Amino acid sequence: MEEQNDLIPVYIMGKQYMVPPTLTIMKAMEYAGYQLIRGVGCRGGFCGACGTAYRILGDPKLYFGLACQTVVQPGMYLAQIPFFPAPRATYDITKLEPTATTLFSLYPEVLRCLGCGACTKACPQDIDVRNYMAAGMRGDIAALADISFDCIMCGLCAVRCPAEEAQYNIAILARRLYGRYLTPRSQHLQARLGELEEGKFDAEMAELKKLSKEDLVAQYKARDIEPK
Amino acid sequence: MSGYPPEMQDSIRKVEATRARRIKETVTAMSLEEREAILEGFHPDYKDETFHAIRVGASKGQRMPIELAKIVEGHPHIGPDFDLSAPIAETDVLIIGGGGAGASAALLAQEQGAKVTLVTKLRFGDANTMMAQGGIQAADRPEDSPAIHYLDVIGGGHFTNVPELVEALVMDAPFAIKWLEDLGMMFDKESDGTMVEAHGGGTSRKRMHSARDYSGAEIMRTLRDEVRNREESITVIEFAPAIELVLDDKGQAVGAVVMNLETNAQQYIKAKTVVMATGGSGRLHYQGFPTTNHYGATADGIVLAYRAGAPLGYLESMQYHPTGAAFPEQIVGLLVTEKVRGLGAKPVNKHGELFVYPLEPRDVEAAALIRECQERNNGLVTPTGQPGVWLDSPMIEMIHGPGAIQKALPAMVRQFGRFEIDITQEPMLVYPTLHYQNGGVQLKADCSTEIPGLFIAGEVSGGVHGHNRLMGNSLLEITVFGRRAGRSAAVYAQGVKPGKPTLAHLDIWNQELKETEVDTGVTSPILLPDYTRRE
Repeated sequence: MEEQNDLIPVYIMGKQYMVPPTLTIMKAMEYAGYQLIRGVGCRGGFCGACGTAYRILGDPKLYFGLACQTVVQPGMYLAQIPFFPAPRATYDITKLEPTATTLFSLYPEVLRCLGCGACTKACPQDIDVRNYMAAGMRGDIAALADISFDCIMCGLCAVRCPAEEAQYNIAILARRLYGRYLTPRSQHLQARLGELEEGKFDAEMAELKKLSKEDLVAQYKARDIEPK
Repeated sequence: MSGYPPEMQDSIRKVEATRARRIKETVTAMSLEEREAILEGFHPDYKDETFHAIRVGASKGQRMPIELAKIVEGHPHIGPDFDLSAPIAETDVLIIGGGGAGASAALLAQEQGAKVTLVTKLRFGDANTMMAQGGIQAADRPEDSPAIHYLDVIGGGHFTNVPELVEALVMDAPFAIKWLEDLGMMFDKESDGTMVEAHGGGTSRKRMHSARDYSGAEIMRTLRDEVRNREESITVIEFAPAIELVLDDKGQAVGAVVMNLETNAQQYIKAKTVVMATGGSGRLHYQGFPTTNHYGATADGIVLAYRAGAPLGYLESMQYHPTGAAFPEQIVGLLVTEKVRGLGAKPVNKHGELFVYPLEPRDVEAAALIRECQERNNGLVTPTGQPGVWLDSPMIEMIHGPGAIQKALPAMVRQFGRFEIDITQEPMLVYPTLHYQNGGVQLKADCSTEIPGLFIAGEVSGGVHGHNRLMGNSLLEITVFGRRAGRSAAVYAQGVKPGKPTLAHLDIWNQELKETEVDTGVTSPILLPDYTRRE
């Protein structure tokens, strides 16, 4: 058990708790006694459930982070933002064209972006959100898809946006347009699908399934390994 | 500036000193006999005292980790007299679980014309799928074939896999990739559209497709987005875990009782059929291991399906991922993707020496890391007492050139960068971590189970991976079997005549617990782990 003087004060929605200084915000909340339901998900920085806003006593700045990835600091004032309402367009991806017109018709607010950069400052993934929104305003879907790729859709950008955008929803539309329409399809995949449909591997598979364990082991040992 | 304390930096100097030499150095892969020997000596599955044979139900006598047995043998949250007369919703297909398998099932069921309700414990997409980094296997290159994929899967699984399930996995694989490509997933590709494919542990061909090191996240967010586009026929209810399956008087699955996690209201959702896609159980922390799994991975589906009468299998084996983060303390147990080794980084001991072939099947690689630390005492120990060996990531740029790590592993760079460790310059300290539940509810290739109307898909199921899963076959599994389950369930729903819903199976269960005097003192499913401090 930690000695009392090893602990630091943090403020969960304004209320003080003393917690060990090595913990993440999430673990500090649990240490303080919270059984989390909202504001917790993968606990590994991938799901975007634990977006958190905080200030530090004596520091005028506003900070953002993921509770599962951010270590506590003395005097941290914490507010979880586990959910934030955001507009989302509904669409049939098979019926869209990968163009600026599509982007602007589904999300007309793209053009309202002020370029202020509050989104970029809030992003816990350090994505330059402003930059991908600028790409969106130019109708550059490829750039929007590429720059936004590491987005975990936590929504902190939307929380901060004075133009009331839901950047992360715009970004996933762009990524899907890019993936479906703007990158060449894999030809070898297509060829393999043809072979499968013709039943090229069926007989071989039927044989394999019938093999005794001994024969399987022998075949397994005899595999040639493709060089790195 | 290094996030490593000085005593660890001393060892890093030794790793740096041997790096150039090690680029060319190789360690031979183990023979099947050597694999068995190291597993018996060092793999956590071989610690008999941490296992328990369950005493009740359809798979009585089956061994599983004590922590799992305790909840499988648990008491239901509700009694057999729970009121089923006023369901809060009625649907054709009820899907339990909002990860990759559940989302795939929802889409395919909807395409068959079914009305779908998907319930999930946390948010839609809070699942192990989201956290998978390395990639998804499919034999789609001319040098490769489904037969070679089959052999890799079954050899990795110690030849205990169910052949029909492996066949489904490898034969559907290219179709699964195509489906994801059509949905707009951003696979790593060459400029002409050729998939960038790498090796994984235990593969004999390069067939690991990826989306940087956000492969699972990219699949999950794409599937989730597509489900949301079909909101007219797919209803998603979040924070609503199932706490009991409901059968009818003919023994067919006809829905589930779910609990609103915020109000604790318990409500019946009536359905013509159920798809169980609840995922794994890493949050049970077998043998005290940390885990890569998401917060809700507590074996709920296994508990519910088993109580309703579905046999279990392969639960005597769990997967410990060889490379969980071992430093810094804040991220201990989190996944360091196998892709790091796929790209050429090798595990190295504290003296800077290679000690194992870097891409053994996961169980073997994990056992080798444990041996290096425990028996040979060649591991490091961090200031908090965590053992580990180095995974020498800077080798990747010596092989693939500057910038390769940032391009292929942005999530890893970010994860360690948050703690002032630059993995392009310094190695990562790693140790095995609880990663995957190899076993689960038994199923056929169409995802049906022993319970009519209950279909199963993903990590909650058991059999396709035998006793050890290879990297890249879980993202494949959730896609292939999620799709199969959705299709099967929708077709079944068109023909079934549901009878009167009951919870009579709870009577039988409670009676059996009583007669066998089994009382683990646990109410299950447990739904969430409890990490609050108890003073």
